[in-house]
Amino acid sequence: MNTITKVSRRDFLKLTGVAGTGLVLGFHLPPKPDGWAAVEPLTNSWLRIGPDGGVTFWVHRPDMGQGARTALPMILADELDIEWPQFERVFLPAVDPQVYGSQTAGGSTSIRTSWVPLRTAGATARAMLTAAAAEIWGVDAGSCKASLGTVVHESSGRSLSYGELAEKAATLPVPDEPPFKEPKDFHIVGKPTQRLDHPARVQGTLTFGMDVKVSGMLHACVARCPVFGGSVSGYDEAAARAVDGVRGVVEVPTGVAVLADSTWAAIKGRQALNCKFDYGESADLSSAKIAELFDEKQQEEGYATREDGDADSALAGAAQVLDAVYEVPYAAHAPLEPMNCTAHAMEDRCEIWAPTQAPQWAHGAVAQTFGYAPQDVTLNIEFSGGGFGRRLIPDFVVEAVHVSKAAAAPVKVVWTREDTMHHGYYRPASRHILRGGLDASGKLVAWKHRVVAHSIGATLQGSDLAGAAREATSGARDLPYAVPNCHVDFCMANTTVPVGYFRSVYNTQTPFANETFIDELATAAGVDPVAFRMRMLEDHPRHRGVLGLAAEKARWGQPLPEGHHQGIALHYSFGSWAAEVAEVSVGDDGSVRVHKVICAVDCGIVVNPDDLAAQAEGAIVIGLTAALKAEITIDEGRVVQGNYNDYPLLRIDEMPEIEVHYVKSDVNPSGIGEPPLPPIAPAVANAIFAATGVRVRRMPIRAEDIRGT
Amino acid sequence: MARFTLKVNGETHRNVNVDPETPLLWVLRDTLGLTGTKFGCGAGLCGACTVHMDGEPAPSCAIPVSSAEDSEITTIEGLSQNGGHPVQQAWLAEQALQCGYCQPGQIMGAAALLAKNPDPSDADIDEAMSPYLCRCGTYQRIRRAIHRAAREV
Repeated sequence: MNTITKVSRRDFLKLTGVAGTGLVLGFHLPPKPDGWAAVEPLTNSWLRIGPDGGVTFWVHRPDMGQGARTALPMILADELDIEWPQFERVFLPAVDPQVYGSQTAGGSTSIRTSWVPLRTAGATARAMLTAAAAEIWGVDAGSCKASLGTVVHESSGRSLSYGELAEKAATLPVPDEPPFKEPKDFHIVGKPTQRLDHPARVQGTLTFGMDVKVSGMLHACVARCPVFGGSVSGYDEAAARAVDGVRGVVEVPTGVAVLADSTWAAIKGRQALNCKFDYGESADLSSAKIAELFDEKQQEEGYATREDGDADSALAGAAQVLDAVYEVPYAAHAPLEPMNCTAHAMEDRCEIWAPTQAPQWAHGAVAQTFGYAPQDVTLNIEFSGGGFGRRLIPDFVVEAVHVSKAAAAPVKVVWTREDTMHHGYYRPASRHILRGGLDASGKLVAWKHRVVAHSIGATLQGSDLAGAAREATSGARDLPYAVPNCHVDFCMANTTVPVGYFRSVYNTQTPFANETFIDELATAAGVDPVAFRMRMLEDHPRHRGVLGLAAEKARWGQPLPEGHHQGIALHYSFGSWAAEVAEVSVGDDGSVRVHKVICAVDCGIVVNPDDLAAQAEGAIVIGLTAALKAEITIDEGRVVQGNYNDYPLLRIDEMPEIEVHYVKSDVNPSGIGEPPLPPIAPAVANAIFAATGVRVRRMPIRAEDIRGT
Repeated sequence: MARFTLKVNGETHRNVNVDPETPLLWVLRDTLGLTGTKFGCGAGLCGACTVHMDGEPAPSCAIPVSSAEDSEITTIEGLSQNGGHPVQQAWLAEQALQCGYCQPGQIMGAAALLAKNPDPSDADIDEAMSPYLCRCGTYQRIRRAIHRAAREV
């Protein structure tokens, strides 16, 4: 999106209105790629103001619960200066990045990369409406003011509504540098705002991907080999066809699909297939073997991603040297809505209804796999019942198109919970080997962090070692603390387990190591953990800001209820800063109870404070679930866990109180979906140390690790 | 296949022709088109598919249609006209949802709790609501929404 903000605004926005449609502002980002000339003028638009004053806004990012479909209109409505909410919103088919830039809901980007383009669109429309009024009245535009859907000529008291001005505005040139509003004049941004689509959610009328219904649609379930890299070698087609409601059995690259009149018939039909499998080369893979692979790989030379000073020499001369090893397992996203996708593959074109976080990735994968021209693939972005990174990967979309093609009919492919658990793209397993040195005064003089991990980039995107190392050491190589000798490196340890992007990606694990190890060093130095961090953050005001705010709001160091103990952690990721204080008690049996979490974030200007709190609460709960419960283990080449009985989630009776505070700021907004996740696991681990004197160094945190038996 | 008569949201559906083992969930969703009731786990482990059977919360994914014939079934679509139930209103007031996929089940669970216990304590809420999983982290808002609905009933 940076490339968009660099082009002049005149190039960026153009009029795409035709007579009678009012003012329509869309993109003009030359050159258009081949094959895209036929894009409908209204599908590459930000906004339309109709002659009736009705405003339509195209939301270009998927919504899987994070609130983009409210926050993005808030930004535009504020800059355009209309009452809230005055939009008729429209869903958008996936189109080329040349039109909207990235449409991916991932990397905590929806607001931070849309802020300038949306304000540009709003300010441009407002300036053109103002100019239209000035021309009608024959006055200077500077004497007219646009406010809340009306342009007023202040000295004469005349006024015209945006609707009355839309047709005229559409005939005027697009201004090059329309002024933005001052943040102090925001009337929507910064106000806690109810989500526009929540009324439909509480009535059960919102259509999720799972609820899509297309005329003539069959239901399908796919039998896949449970072992990664294996395949289906035999099945009883007749038995499946004998199930009431089963209409057919087709082979697809991922397995064998049963087509049926209903989901239940598809599930039963698949059971009746009684598949035999060729388990392939990974049939003996297990968690124990993966640990052995890590033991081996960690001995290899690491690929350095940070090299300040000479850490080894500094350690040799240090007064105290500490060592620690941290372990993080594979984890599943486990969104409440199981994976699903509806597709209708035709000879010359294809239509898809997908609850995806990455519509362009899915769109491109389908076009490429099946040889469709890009403009012949229509992808309807459906609401998702949670994503957390799982729905970035287009596997489920491509598979559904295969099934539809083989069935020669529109098909909804439904994954069961077990399918979703067994065929994920998991948060990678990792091991973190840390060594730190303090001088005689307790000052940190050396730091080493070796990340041994399964690489997402290398296995999913074809990254080279340098790229894989940069990705896997994110959160590790950008250690903010002032330490003159710092070495961070990476040893790659890949297996056949598919890995992908879990909310906050490698920042779920690198800060668990960094921020608990910093606490160990603070203890060794005999310094309070907040003070120890603060004195190494002189050049990092925004780190200091959130650390100080969290400590203040949590009354750090003040008396707590009996048996309660606090731990703190701090982390920067996805453009934003977050610090958290966890208040914890530990039972004699080693059981951990997290009572309260105080979270402080700095993500620049806050668009929707209520949604910021919700996103922080959500990130903390996922992080806490990962810290206390989540573990995918591998046995006989397959995932052991299948449903919520053996892959438990945090429940309401385990839920801490969460307070979210934010730093007041006039800086452009940055991400919030992921940044509050990373600090929670180390904050809890540090609180457990405060309570028990025991350092827990593996996730999930286990009672036996605390009890020591 | 066999024919069943189901009473759903005050309406009687005769001659529902399905496999007797079909979970009520799939009859509601695929046969009757009531997709507000959600498929989450298929094993009675997450609560997303909760409906009321004679006023009691029940996991529709774990109840065969053959066992549902004699009950008055209420789904999220039948809980109120236009979302006017105090629990739904409280959910909006507290913004007790993010993706919302689990929330029809949460709301049906909370409505059943309040019907029996108009002023539940936090411990009552923990006990009644702990079967309902949410991955987005809305639990404390759900707690506040139940207390709010209790005040307004």
